[in-house]
Amino acid sequence: MIWILDITLLLFLVICAVAAITIKDLLSAVVILSAYSLIMAIVWVEMRAVDVAFTEAAVGAGITTVLFIAALARTEGRSED
Amino acid sequence: MAGIIDIVYAEYNYWIYVTLMMIGFYAMIAKKNLIKKVIGANIFQTAIFLFYISLSDIKGGTEPILLHGETSTHAADIIYTNPVPHVLILTAIVVSVSTTALALALIIRIYEEYGSIEEDVILAARRKLNPEFSEYARQSEVDSQ
Repeated sequence: MIWILDITLLLFLVICAVAAITIKDLLSAVVILSAYSLIMAIVWVEMRAVDVAFTEAAVGAGITTVLFIAALARTEGRSED
Repeated sequence: MAGIIDIVYAEYNYWIYVTLMMIGFYAMIAKKNLIKKVIGANIFQTAIFLFYISLSDIKGGTEPILLHGETSTHAADIIYTNPVPHVLILTAIVVSVSTTALALALIIRIYEEYGSIEEDVILAARRKLNPEFSEYARQSEVDSQ
């Protein structure tokens, strides 16, 4: 584990998490959540959990985003908070 | 003092995991928008996954994939990271997608019924529709004060 890369990625994770819950436009929040999942997959490759990283990149960043966008298409795209 | 610095510095993964978990928990409780609540639940879940994967990592270890075959003379020298938490988390990721899909399906149904995905608007509409619910809500507000 290269600690400087590790800390950078973990800080990106926290920034993405805060951005995803504070932004008012829900489509942007969902895309930021997808970026969060991809960064998480990179962290797991770095921690030598390659099988989990595969699944997270395909399922967490892929299918979850599609589900969220499909739900947003049927509801509202704006949030009050 | 040096002990505290060691704990903060050497186990930064755990601090980040707790931070992410609390961000997700805050979103689930404080945000009024239902989609935001689901996003918070997702962040909460991935924080727990991060904790488990951090537990399984071994310094100087390698990926849990068999090298050189079982009968090799070098087989005993290789250190693998612990694959058991990996398998647990693999299952948990699939479960998290299922819960997200169910939550989003419920949100779509709620939107069809009430025309909004904001929690306070839905609660106000419910109070208007059902006086008993309103009575119950007022009672619980009185109880909490």
